[in-house]
Amino acid sequence: MKNSIGREIPEFIPGLGKVTGFGGAFARKPVGRTAGAALSTCLPRADKLLASIETAIDAVGLKDGMTISFHHHFRNGDRILNRVVEAIAKKGIRDITLSPSSLNTVNDALIPYIEQGVITAIETSGARGKMGRFLTEGHLKKPLHIRSHGGRAQAIESGAIHIDVAFLGAPACDRYGNINGIQGQSACGSLGYAIQDAAYADQVVAITDNLMPHPLFPISIPQTQVDYIVVVDSIGDPAGIASGALRYTKDPKELLIAKYAADVMDYSGYLQQDFSMQLGSGGASMAVGRFIKTKMLERGITGSFGVGGMTGVFAEMMEEGLFKMMFDVQSFDIPAIDSIKKNSNHLEMSASYYANPHNSGAIVNNLDAVILSATEVDVDFNVNVITDSNGVIMGASGGHCDTAAGAKLTIVVAPLLRGRLPMVKDAVQTVVTPGETVDAIVTERGIAINPKRLDIIDNLKNSGLPIMSIHELKDIAYKLCGKPEAIQLSDEIVGVVEYRDGTIIDVIRRPIF
Amino acid sequence: MSKLLKAAQAGTVESSDILIRLIPGDAGSGIQVELVSPTMQQYGKHINNLITTTLVSLGIDDVQVNATDRGALDCTIKARVITALQRAGE
Repeated sequence: MKNSIGREIPEFIPGLGKVTGFGGAFARKPVGRTAGAALSTCLPRADKLLASIETAIDAVGLKDGMTISFHHHFRNGDRILNRVVEAIAKKGIRDITLSPSSLNTVNDALIPYIEQGVITAIETSGARGKMGRFLTEGHLKKPLHIRSHGGRAQAIESGAIHIDVAFLGAPACDRYGNINGIQGQSACGSLGYAIQDAAYADQVVAITDNLMPHPLFPISIPQTQVDYIVVVDSIGDPAGIASGALRYTKDPKELLIAKYAADVMDYSGYLQQDFSMQLGSGGASMAVGRFIKTKMLERGITGSFGVGGMTGVFAEMMEEGLFKMMFDVQSFDIPAIDSIKKNSNHLEMSASYYANPHNSGAIVNNLDAVILSATEVDVDFNVNVITDSNGVIMGASGGHCDTAAGAKLTIVVAPLLRGRLPMVKDAVQTVVTPGETVDAIVTERGIAINPKRLDIIDNLKNSGLPIMSIHELKDIAYKLCGKPEAIQLSDEIVGVVEYRDGTIIDVIRRPIF
Repeated sequence: MSKLLKAAQAGTVESSDILIRLIPGDAGSGIQVELVSPTMQQYGKHINNLITTTLVSLGIDDVQVNATDRGALDCTIKARVITALQRAGE
C-alpha cells in the first residue's frame, strides 16, 4: 500500500507483522488506556542493593525474548549498555529486544551480539557509524524500528513497547533507589528519556557509581519505581558524556544560513515578546540563537521558554534574563548540566512531557518556533535525517518530527549542496518528518516557504530575503551538480520509520552496494 | 598536445575537490579511467564521462587516469584534468 505521502509500505513486514501506514500528521486518534508496569512490592527493611550486574540479571529473571531498555544521556561516554548486554550474552540469554532511547557510536561494540543472536530486535531513535552501516546491511533479524523521542514515549505509554527490564544508569542514587542525574562524577543533567522507562518497565535496575545516603535530593526518578540497585566503578566517561561548552559555528556558510533562518523567524511575526523556541543541536540551527539574541536585545523583548536538548548557549540567555524558563529532556554540554543543577527555572522534563502526541498536551505544542537541521529535504518539504544519500543509516530521528508537528513555525536549515550532492531533491531517500509539518527550508542560496503557509509568504514579501519556490531551489542545486541517479535498492526492508503516532511513514530498503 | 610525456597530477583530496593523476598510456590503449567517489551511484558514470570527453577534446587518445573524487563539481573536475594534462606535457 502507499501511505498518505506516497511511500510504498507493505501491509505486512517480516519481523514486525501487520503495520498501519501514515495517514497525516494528526490523523490518528488514540484509543484505549495507558499500559502499566507489573505490580510489585518491597517489604520494609528489604535491601535493594545487589552485588553485580550479573546478580541483577538473575534477580529480575531475564529470559530469552524479553525487552530491555536504556537511556542515552551518557552519549558516547556510556558504560552501561554494552556492559549489560555482555553480561546477558555470557549467561546464554538470546533473542533480546533492545530498546534504548538512542544509540551512539560507542555502541558499535554491540555488533558481535547481534551476529550471535543475543540481540534480534532494536527499537530506538537511530544509529550511526559502523552500527548504522551494519544494520543497513540487514544483519539484524528484525528490521530496525525507528521512533522519534515523542513516538517512543507514546509507544511505552500505550504499551506498543513493553519493557520487561529497564537498566538505568544513575549518576546519583540513594540506597532505596531515588535517582537524579546531576550529582556525582558521571553527572549528565536531565534524565528525561529514562522517566517513562522507570515508570512503565516491569522491573527497574539502577546502576550507579555514586551511592548516596537516603534520601537523595533532588529526586528525578522515585524509589517507588526502582527494584534493584547495583554499584559499579564507573557508569560513564565524563569526556564522552558531555563536551565542554558547545560554541557557535564559525563556518561562514552555516552562519549565513543561520542569519537567514533568524530573519525568516523575525519577518514571519513569531519573534514577539514572550515567544518560545527550540534550537536543534546542528551547527547552523544552533547558530540561529546568536542572531535571535541580537534581535531580542535590539528590540528589548524577552522570550517565555526554551525547549529541547539544552545547551549552555541557551542557559546563558536564560541567566541573562532573555528567557524565563527552559524545559530540558537532555543536557548537551557541561554548562547545561551546571545550569540544571543550579537554576530552579531550568526544568527537567520527561520525553512524554516533551513530545508525546498521545497525552493531554506535550510542550512541543506550545512552541512558537523550532529550527531543525536536515540531511536532505524534497520538493514536498519532506525531511530525511536518518539515511545518507547512499541509503545508509547514519542519523537519528530524535525530536525532529515531534517539534515540527508541534511548533507554529518550523524552519529546516541545510546547505544546498554537501560535496556534490544536492540536499534539496525531487524525493528524499527516507522520510522522517512529513512536509505538511514543515514551513520553511533555509539554505545559503535561497529560502522556500511551504505554499500552504500563505500568511508567512505574505509576511516575507518585503523582507529582501532570497525567497523562491522549492522547485526553483532544487533547480539551482541540480544546475550546479546535475540530477543525481537514483541509488539501487533491494526489496529487503532493513528498517522502518515510525511516525510519532505509531503509523509507518517510511521504510528503509537495503541498498545494493 | 596529443601525447603525455610523463605522469602528472592536479587537485587534492580535500572535500569538494578531486585528485586527478594521469599516466601516459601505450599507443592504442585508449583512455582508461579509474574513479573512486563518494557519489559513485549518483554521478559515477557522469564523472567518468566528463573526464573522458575533456581529455578527448584536448586531443588525448591514450592515458591512464586515476581519479580520487571528494565530491567535486564539474567545473572543478574539468579544471583539474586540464591542469594535470598541462603538467604532463613539456
